[in-house]
Amino acid sequence: MKLEDYELGGTPLRSSDIKKGNVLTTSWEPNLAYAWDDGVAIGRYLAELKNGRIIGRTCYKCNRIMIPPRMFCELCFRPSDEWVYCKDTGIVNTFSICHINWDASRRGPNEPPLIPAVIEIDGASKGMGILHMLSEVDPDDIKVGLKVKAVWKNPGERTGSITDILYFKPLRAPTKRAKATKKRAKATRKRK
Amino acid sequence: MTERVAIVGIGTTGFRPITPDVSYRELIFEAARKAYTDAGIEPSEIDGFITAAEDFLEGYSIADEYCPDQIGAVLKPTHTVPGDFLQAMATGFMMVKTGAFRTVAVEAHSKASNMKNISELIGFAMDPIYNRPLRETPHAISALEMTRYLFETCTTPDQCAQVVSKNMGNAMHNPYAAFGAEIESGDVLNSEPVSLPLHRLDIAQHADGAVVVVLADEATARALTDVPIWVEGIGWCTDTPTLEMRDWGEAAYARLAADMAYRMAGITNPVAEIDFAEICDEYSYKELQHMEALRFCMPGEAAHLLETGVTAIDGELPINVSGGALGVGHLFEASGAHKILELVEQLRGEAGTRQIPDVAVGLAQTWRGVPTATGAVAILSNL
Amino acid sequence: MGYRKVAIVGAGITKFVRRAQETAKELAWQATKMALDSCELTLDDVDCVTLGTAPDAFDGVHMKGEYLADGAGAFRKPYMRHYVGGGTGIFSPIHGWFHVASGMADICLVVTEEKMSSCYPHPQGAFITIFDHTTEQPLKPTLIWIFALEMNRYMSTYGISKRDIALVSVKNKKNALDHPSAQLGGEITVDDVLNSEVLAWPVNRLDVSPASDGAAAIVLASERVARRLTDKPVWIDGVGFSLDTAYWATRDLCYPTYVENAARMAYDMAGITEPHKEIHVAEPYDPFDYKELHHMEGLMLCPKGEAARMTADGVTQRDGNLPTCPSGGALGVGNPIAATGLMKIIEIFLQLRGDAGKRQVPGKPRCGLAQAWGDLMQVGTVVVMRI
Repeated sequence: MKLEDYELGGTPLRSSDIKKGNVLTTSWEPNLAYAWDDGVAIGRYLAELKNGRIIGRTCYKCNRIMIPPRMFCELCFRPSDEWVYCKDTGIVNTFSICHINWDASRRGPNEPPLIPAVIEIDGASKGMGILHMLSEVDPDDIKVGLKVKAVWKNPGERTGSITDILYFKPLRAPTKRAKATKKRAKATRKRK
Repeated sequence: MTERVAIVGIGTTGFRPITPDVSYRELIFEAARKAYTDAGIEPSEIDGFITAAEDFLEGYSIADEYCPDQIGAVLKPTHTVPGDFLQAMATGFMMVKTGAFRTVAVEAHSKASNMKNISELIGFAMDPIYNRPLRETPHAISALEMTRYLFETCTTPDQCAQVVSKNMGNAMHNPYAAFGAEIESGDVLNSEPVSLPLHRLDIAQHADGAVVVVLADEATARALTDVPIWVEGIGWCTDTPTLEMRDWGEAAYARLAADMAYRMAGITNPVAEIDFAEICDEYSYKELQHMEALRFCMPGEAAHLLETGVTAIDGELPINVSGGALGVGHLFEASGAHKILELVEQLRGEAGTRQIPDVAVGLAQTWRGVPTATGAVAILSNL
Repeated sequence: MGYRKVAIVGAGITKFVRRAQETAKELAWQATKMALDSCELTLDDVDCVTLGTAPDAFDGVHMKGEYLADGAGAFRKPYMRHYVGGGTGIFSPIHGWFHVASGMADICLVVTEEKMSSCYPHPQGAFITIFDHTTEQPLKPTLIWIFALEMNRYMSTYGISKRDIALVSVKNKKNALDHPSAQLGGEITVDDVLNSEVLAWPVNRLDVSPASDGAAAIVLASERVARRLTDKPVWIDGVGFSLDTAYWATRDLCYPTYVENAARMAYDMAGITEPHKEIHVAEPYDPFDYKELHHMEGLMLCPKGEAARMTADGVTQRDGNLPTCPSGGALGVGNPIAATGLMKIIEIFLQLRGDAGKRQVPGKPRCGLAQAWGDLMQVGTVVVMRI
């Protein structure tokens, strides 16, 4: 058989076909709601975020400190062992400079790009990262391996959510570093 | 191809109306850990894993992302069957039958308590163009079917209510069950009308819980356990999803799935060859309708068997000794799993005060609920 | 191991389009009908049906598999849906293989369908709910992030440039010009890719496959039946699948270990020890251009970090040593998730039979591979086929 010998199905429409009413559509906005039980591990994780701390969980068998915490080690398949506080600093594992919102709409001209990143949390086992945002940084200054620190909401505004951390920022103030780099570059040029 | 497939391990959390103390991950881990301990096997030694889950029941898109960790399936051949546990188990059965997988673990769970508007959710399964704009409650679809079933078989609402009384009573003896109660058929008929002829107590209430089962080929099964529970037959079937085309009186999906399972198990006279059954009673009338579809009796005779005590725990063909969905709770995709759990406990002789003496062959049957016409049947034995 | 041999004997596909007039059921029916016609079968000949389709949120129907049942030809048949996110399309023939290899069915219909346009205003909106509801969704993530994060990690680990990666998009969109189903075939240049709108650096508009509506179907048969139906059955000689942890941020995204696991399982089954020599044509999943490279490495078709160089050397062109995505892939033909995977299976089926028309790769390939990937950068599915 050859595809070329068949008349294939699938009739393409344009948005204008719908707007002009050339074809009819039926709309439905689902009204679904969920209230997920956080459980023991994530429940404690969120409660500690409210306290301004990041907590992990250890497995004595594989010697990992796991972030986010879990009540069982998925690799050893046994209950995990102990709570351990981690630091609120970490290393950028990877990042992106994002110009669109979650619903695929383009960010406005006055909205800065979003900078999602995977951040390996200090105190957890190597490679254990979480998804979060970077800010207070010039996108050009971000590199894989950059050291960052959490910027927390004010204690009174925290709700026990991952958003109790507003974002992560470079551990050393980026502006200073950037200024220093610029200064050095200038000086070098002058010497030449 | 290996000849026989057995259940060598099973684990459960039991079933409760709410489980606010644990996340879905923690819930499932408990069932999985118990199943692997029961089978005497570690997940690292298991060749394949299956989860029965639907996106909108979990509140995730691509819910299968979240299945591996809590069943020990990280970096293992793992997939999801968006269907009832029995369909997932049928896939596991086929995987073992190929000979390429010696052991397969199958998981199903319900976190129904986390869904805040279940009626809207079930309505979201209706045909978006033909049916949804009518905004019928899902129970109304069942009420249509019940009306037609009662009409065709001369069964009465009171007889359906007796199913509720039997099953919730049975659940009193089942430590896993969430809704055991001593009630009479009059209580059912006096409960609030939902969509007549359905009353509130005709409808199973939802529960949370998880079940994990380990399947193995014959050689592995004999090495792992002294009491392998054999999967003698399994069948599944989908009738039309189009409401307008349905045969409302009979459950054709259950009849065809049963025929497939009977063929495989070599069963020609179900009522004589099957010792007990766990069948879908998500709505009271469904137990009677399904008994007829499974050829336990002629259409219209199921209510008579019920009234004469044939389906009671001490009857000739006990049905839903566990308490069924009415007594244990409706578990969405884990519905079939709870039925398999009961079969395994009965066939191993581990069912405690509700143990039926001298059982060798049991049947489990499920239906995926409104608005589907999909069901599955499994036949297990300890012979 | 004594499983039965399983062959692909027929195939059907619709056009892949941004927005189809047909409903999801109608698209599924069109592909299914064509698949049955192609091997002169009717629904009465079919023992079992299995359906692959990705998130219910696209079509806006809970229990989408049930809704699609009649379109997929499942009326009063043993019918089941299977699911591994974006990897579903290649898992579909694997699920069908279970049916036939186990002896449960002699003829199994495998159907895939996706209607992404039903989701308003854009199917991307549905993807927020693939992230963890408690620890990730509050950050308002978009699907593009995970690709951007993975692509950046891949680029920075191996020192690969966006220019190297863009070559994949150029190649696949050009290949798609010859595919009758194609949505986005075209002659573009590397600079077109680099100058296209930045979505989420390092991902630009032309690095990405489109959202599509479409369906595809194949017919699987046991050896005895297959030989009766066709003189050119294509055998499914190896299947593999693997799912990694859902804690995606705790893995190194530079290398897809799950694809390697899946490939090893399939190669073992097919008796393949040197994949780069024994595989003659490959269809790795390419929803984003860098993914083709990433997957070639996971499939062990080249050493880690070397896929970009192979692409630059022309090895993956249709007339190269290892033609890769001769169909045009997801980047060119379109990406109705589950149907894309089966489109790739169909492409290998046609290439091995010598029926690929203008897309035919030279040298009479005898062994081909198709692969898909999905979930949270987490699942690999692989099928090895021979004629």
